[in-house]
Amino acid sequence: MRIAIIDTSTTRAAIISDGLREAGLDDLVLIDPAGAVVAQIEAAKPEVILVNLENPSRDLLEDFFAMSRALARPIAMFVDQSDAEATGAAIDAGVSAYVVDGLSKQRIKPVIDLAVRRFQAFSRLQRELDEAKNALVERATIDRAKAILMKRRHIDEPAAYALLRKQAMSTNRRIAEIAEAIVTSDALLGDME
Amino acid sequence: MSAETFRIGFLPLVDAALPILAHELGFAAREGVAIELVRDMTWATVRDRLLYGHTDAAHMIAPLAIATALGRDRPAVPMAVPFVLGLNGNAVTFSAQLAKDVGLGETLGDPAIIGAALQSVAAERKIAGKPLRFGVVHRYSSHNYMLRYWLAGVGIRPDTHIEIVVTSPPFAADALAAGEVDGICVGEPWNSIAVERGVGHIALATAQIWRRGVEKVLAMREVVADERRDAVEALLRALHAAAAHFVVPGTAEESAQILARREYLDAPHDAVLRAITDRIRLVPGGEPIHFPDFMFQHREAANFPWRSQAAWLYSQMLRWDHMPYSAADAATAAAVFRPDIYRAALAGSGAPLPGASSKLEGGIDTPLGAGSVQGRLLLGSDRFFDGRAFDPDDIQGYLSDLP
Repeated sequence: MRIAIIDTSTTRAAIISDGLREAGLDDLVLIDPAGAVVAQIEAAKPEVILVNLENPSRDLLEDFFAMSRALARPIAMFVDQSDAEATGAAIDAGVSAYVVDGLSKQRIKPVIDLAVRRFQAFSRLQRELDEAKNALVERATIDRAKAILMKRRHIDEPAAYALLRKQAMSTNRRIAEIAEAIVTSDALLGDME
Repeated sequence: MSAETFRIGFLPLVDAALPILAHELGFAAREGVAIELVRDMTWATVRDRLLYGHTDAAHMIAPLAIATALGRDRPAVPMAVPFVLGLNGNAVTFSAQLAKDVGLGETLGDPAIIGAALQSVAAERKIAGKPLRFGVVHRYSSHNYMLRYWLAGVGIRPDTHIEIVVTSPPFAADALAAGEVDGICVGEPWNSIAVERGVGHIALATAQIWRRGVEKVLAMREVVADERRDAVEALLRALHAAAAHFVVPGTAEESAQILARREYLDAPHDAVLRAITDRIRLVPGGEPIHFPDFMFQHREAANFPWRSQAAWLYSQMLRWDHMPYSAADAATAAAVFRPDIYRAALAGSGAPLPGASSKLEGGIDTPLGAGSVQGRLLLGSDRFFDGRAFDPDDIQGYLSDLP
């Protein structure tokens, strides 16, 4: 069963194709979203097409699928009427699927389920990555705030950190927020005195 | 989420104005509803979010709501359109080359005369093996139906003498520039952006094809309209108040500022302002010309969902999808438009409420008083460019007379 993947995120496309391959579905075509999407689909002749929900080419694609009714193997816009729940889950995960008419539900369902899980895994990964990036930024800010305190108050690093921590606790704010405030005020007022 | 919150999907287009302004200017809050706007880039995504409950309502091209209710391309989902967000506001823009070949002037010309010139270019291009190709925003859009209505009316048979493809509005100017299409029919500000980039000349406003053509609507699943009726009616009052405000002279500057913002249209303020004040720049560097009724958001009970408008769209769906007429489908299509909800929402408000739910479309030449159950209703000319009128009770007769 040939599956085409169209995704504006190349990382997510890679994650999905890895998952499909692991499941033994290795007849995959990655469509270049920056190229002529419809022409690539036409050439690839896939039986299932997975597209990210927010892909800007979807109106074009659906027009092509509607036109495909005249072809030998028309493409349905919807997996199966009886499977609204699965389609809902796919939409929630951010993936839309199109299949060639007549493909049996038993063959499609595992593909959709897998795509949904991979999309969710990607979102989780993205969230973790964002959190890690934020943590890095906060770390750097705290280090700069400590350096400012050490220089201006002539104290050592543990004392500077203790000061930050004390202020955070007494004002019920996070250490990173106190550090941010110190860095900002130093940038504005640092050369006074 | 409280029962009074409506998540409303939209595409970055000038005619998404009413839900945006209802939210930003406090009309929604005054009616006790909260609006959260969800911006997308394709109608497919707007529709999917609506059908699977990511959103409660959507700014939508009217024919798409009808196609969804009829189950075109997918299982049917009963839909309700209780409010029209605007009439017209679109334009047909030619590539710079086609504008030269057709001999477009610097003012808006007569659709029949431009059509005749376009017909000979279309014939030459067809013979040369490079048929003209126009882009529309969606298969189920009023843009598609208005463009096709005009082309067929001037003797250019769509899909035979000219190709019509789908081009997303934000990419329409690029498609013109790259020569992928020779013309586009899209909403504002995308025509103006093509003109400003020097790649297009505006040939016609769609209001010249049908003076009172239904454009975007507020669409929701029928089950939402039924289960949250009181809140839906409050939402309609908020949108109606926003529409009344939108057309008050002197409000356009502020409206344009809001709409142009990054989270909404993310478009040049000037282009937005010109569109909502009915001034359009036809050629690069030209002076904007004033075309009254370019966009029509409120007067003459423009927000009232006439069932005959839905019926006209259904007739065009049959015409271009080559489907046989079905009385059941015609009834389903017309019933998507819900004047009953509109009337219930605005009863006692002083807003003019038409007594009828359907009318002869394209039958009015000079302003005409119309029967109303509340307020005074005067309807302006709603002519089609070819002078034909559409009787919603005789779709088959209408279709058999069309070219």
